[in-house]
Amino acid sequence: MSKGSDIFLQNVSKVVVFIVLAFALYLFFTGHSSPGGGFIAGLMSAGALLLLALAYDIETVRKVVPVDFKLVTAAGLLIALCTGSGALFFGEPFLKHAFGYFDLPLLGKTELHTALIFDLGVYLAVVGVTMTILLTIGEDN
Amino acid sequence: MSLLHLLALSPFLLAAGLPLLGRAVPRLHRGWFAAVLSVILFAALLGYSSQVRAGLPVTESFAWIPSLGISFTLYLDGLSLLFALLITGMGVLVAIYSIAYMSDESESLTRFYVFLLIFMGAMLGLVLSDNLLTLYGFWELTSITSFLLIGYHHYKHRSRYGALKSLLITMTGGLGLLSGFVLLYVMSGTYQIRELMDAAVPLASHPLFLPAMLLILLGAFTKSAQYPFHIWLPDAMEAPTPVSAYLHSATMVKAGLYLVARLSPVFAGTAEWFWIVSLGGLITLIYGSVAAVKQTDLKAILAYSTISQLGLIMCLLGLSSLSSVFVGEESLLYAAAGTAAMFHLLNHAVFKGSLFMIAGIVDHETGTRDVRKLGGLAQVMPIAFTISVFGAFSMAGLPPFGGFISKEMFLEAVLEPLHAGVFHLETWAILLPIIAWIASVFTFIYSALFVGRTFLGSRKPSLARKQVHDAPLLMTLPPALLAVLALGLGLFPSLVSYSLIRPAADSLMPHLAASGEQLPGSIKLWHGWTPALGMTIGVIAVGVLLTLTARRWLKLYAYVPRNLSINRFYDASLRFFERITVRITSLYMNGSSRSYIKYILGFMLLVLGFILFNATDVTFRVGAYAVIAPYEWFILLGLAAASLAVPFAKSRPVAIILTGTVGYLMTLMFVFLRAPDLALTQMVVESISVTLYLLCFYHLPKLRTERRAVRFRLPNFLVAVAVGVLMTLVALAVLGTNPFEPVSDYYVRESYESAGGKNIVNVILVDFRGFDTMLEIMVLGVASLGIYNMVKLRRKATDVGSRHVSHEGDNADEEAAQTRRSIYGYDGPDTGLSTLAEDPEEAEHIKIQDAPELPHEETDEHPQERHRSSSNSHEKGGERDV
Repeated sequence: MSKGSDIFLQNVSKVVVFIVLAFALYLFFTGHSSPGGGFIAGLMSAGALLLLALAYDIETVRKVVPVDFKLVTAAGLLIALCTGSGALFFGEPFLKHAFGYFDLPLLGKTELHTALIFDLGVYLAVVGVTMTILLTIGEDN
Repeated sequence: MSLLHLLALSPFLLAAGLPLLGRAVPRLHRGWFAAVLSVILFAALLGYSSQVRAGLPVTESFAWIPSLGISFTLYLDGLSLLFALLITGMGVLVAIYSIAYMSDESESLTRFYVFLLIFMGAMLGLVLSDNLLTLYGFWELTSITSFLLIGYHHYKHRSRYGALKSLLITMTGGLGLLSGFVLLYVMSGTYQIRELMDAAVPLASHPLFLPAMLLILLGAFTKSAQYPFHIWLPDAMEAPTPVSAYLHSATMVKAGLYLVARLSPVFAGTAEWFWIVSLGGLITLIYGSVAAVKQTDLKAILAYSTISQLGLIMCLLGLSSLSSVFVGEESLLYAAAGTAAMFHLLNHAVFKGSLFMIAGIVDHETGTRDVRKLGGLAQVMPIAFTISVFGAFSMAGLPPFGGFISKEMFLEAVLEPLHAGVFHLETWAILLPIIAWIASVFTFIYSALFVGRTFLGSRKPSLARKQVHDAPLLMTLPPALLAVLALGLGLFPSLVSYSLIRPAADSLMPHLAASGEQLPGSIKLWHGWTPALGMTIGVIAVGVLLTLTARRWLKLYAYVPRNLSINRFYDASLRFFERITVRITSLYMNGSSRSYIKYILGFMLLVLGFILFNATDVTFRVGAYAVIAPYEWFILLGLAAASLAVPFAKSRPVAIILTGTVGYLMTLMFVFLRAPDLALTQMVVESISVTLYLLCFYHLPKLRTERRAVRFRLPNFLVAVAVGVLMTLVALAVLGTNPFEPVSDYYVRESYESAGGKNIVNVILVDFRGFDTMLEIMVLGVASLGIYNMVKLRRKATDVGSRHVSHEGDNADEEAAQTRRSIYGYDGPDTGLSTLAEDPEEAEHIKIQDAPELPHEETDEHPQERHRSSSNSHEKGGERDV
């Protein structure tokens, strides 16, 4: 893609990208009790990066997020797998989740859940997959 | 999760952590991690030996997927222990050896050890599994890691060819194995090996018994390189030498033997089992030893020798099955074959391991493994010479080495069936000792040639100029230890006979213990003037004579017809399948996504339609619809208008935006229907996919305005109409049919109670159906890698497996090239360097000029060259217009 020259889009997206990413973060953490979750949050984050790519160009995205998204996918899959296997060490069947309610400073009574770690794996995998596909096709000449 | 589980799985854990560990301590060679882990595993397994020796096998189990009834059960008895110690013990030595052997290319070294560790874990899991399904899983994992390790030098064409060949052959066997296991399950109702053995007697009369046996033997024979499936093993020698020593002589190729031994209690006692296993082994034994004599590559000699020795052990396992036909004293006579098999298994790993390492040392120091260019190395490499003499003596069956004892036991075992009088043995038993004796003579000859042509005689001029000396200590130590062990096993066989061999033989033939018989445990170096000793003396006499006159009669091999070799059959069938596959695939993969949509929808029509019209309890409910609010009418009209407008769009962006409109209106609809999760997902997916379309269409040519009237295509029309009708029917059927209790109540109830979440959708995704989600993201990951590969690498299909390598100077390479030209119209990306380097004369030229850095310079292409893009994919794009 050619270097974007729309100055309005560029300036707006500078702010909007962060709003979208923050919203994605919110969706990710709230997923277990209200609409959201790793999948949607992952897509949303990929969407934010995509907006950046449209407003500027792919090199900018590469510079801002200097990671290999194939590795992000791999990390996500590994996290999901490890969360599932973790249960085995406690004598539970594969992918059995555990949760509990804790009193944390600032947050008050909070539910902590291993499903959230699994969801982190889903999140990373989705971000990695989407960005790999987008960047691969986008960079192709 | 028990300690035994942790031991069996620890190689996998280390493999996962190795990239990080390697980065944490960059100065330390990655091999040390593998070596230390193997030492720990070996010691820990040794701790179980007293318990196993006392006849108390260890069983540990935990429920893996309890809802499917699959448990991960480990079972450690004499047989498993022998194999597990072999795997970990050889693992230590090979890891240490590889530290010196593998030159430091830090990134790919991590890859090497990750594969090696995964292999070790898979092999341990294989011999410890008590569940046939987990055993099968580990079995295939060993094939895959073997594939990866053979193809470790992936830039060399021969490596890729060998890797693919081994994978295809062992996977074919693996599929047979799986079907055999399923048949066993059908017969017995269990996947647990323990329970199978209890059911063994009623199984034998079942009509599926023979098919199950044949299929399982197919798996075992392909894995253990038995004739005629042996052809992959010589080509697997392209792997780095530590891999050949470990996988392709000591451990993986013995998995087939393990399986035969493990299931012997189930199948033994039938004529088919006896004849297939012992005769298959015997044929492999003689074929391997005769073929080994004519090889000129050190590793090829060892490869054929391995094939032959595996055949020997297989034959012994078959002979031992006779013991379950008889009872009392007589059954003990035949059981000696089982003891011999276990002992020879150990001996073979020891002497073959040391010889492989010596071959690696010779290669490393001189830059060649061709015996025609070697000779006279004994003066400059005295240590390597001594070690190889030890190994070769043991291999040839000479006293006082371990191989002598097990060879004697083998010769006694082949004489025993002369008196059996069952399974038509009265007629055919005489063949066994004759073939065994001839094979032993050839074994003697190739052992002698291995040492003689490498270390004795005069040095060839090409080597005389080079500074050749013994290898560094780290590289010499492992084979030296093995050589000492080969001697130790001969002089003091009691070291292992009671602690390892007898428990292993006991679990090979459990009927003996059950009937109160006690296997004689003692193994002695000197056991009197037996017929077997006479045979050995004959072997030595004839062997020496033939070795000294080898030059005269080796020419006879030239008269063996090459056109009938199994390698050519393999190559031809590979070409045949390639041709057929290309033809069939090009029938329907025509590059037009319109056709693909047609296939997908057509298939859906068939399946859904079939279900809909055959189900008895489907009722269509017409008339009871929800009230459509006025604003919903607007959305619905918008939806209809937008989708109708898509085909009439004049340019791609307009078409994309119209489909986007449909998607966003759907999002709005979801909002009104109070489905926030769906709405969110739909919205994000829509945004991204519209952008993706825009990116894709950037590369496509402009839409053509169709001047002529669009031709009416009946099939397309029918599919389109049928899909519409079908979906309407499905919607009506969903309204009217309610055959099951809705599951939603369960989820509503349980998602907060037992999963602690309030968002049912997400709880289902990550918890109730977590397994699905995990596999789904895995599929996504694979898909993204596929897209990445297709777009970025653009490799030509012909580059991968279809090119053959020439064996023994035949013209396989040329034939394959011709086939490729006829299929694809070109000959694949051949740089011409490959033919240059694979010609032995030319290769020799290169080697002498820039040795010693270039022992592996047969690079037929460089990684960069794979990036040449194919112009075909662009040209095809023009036909894809709507």
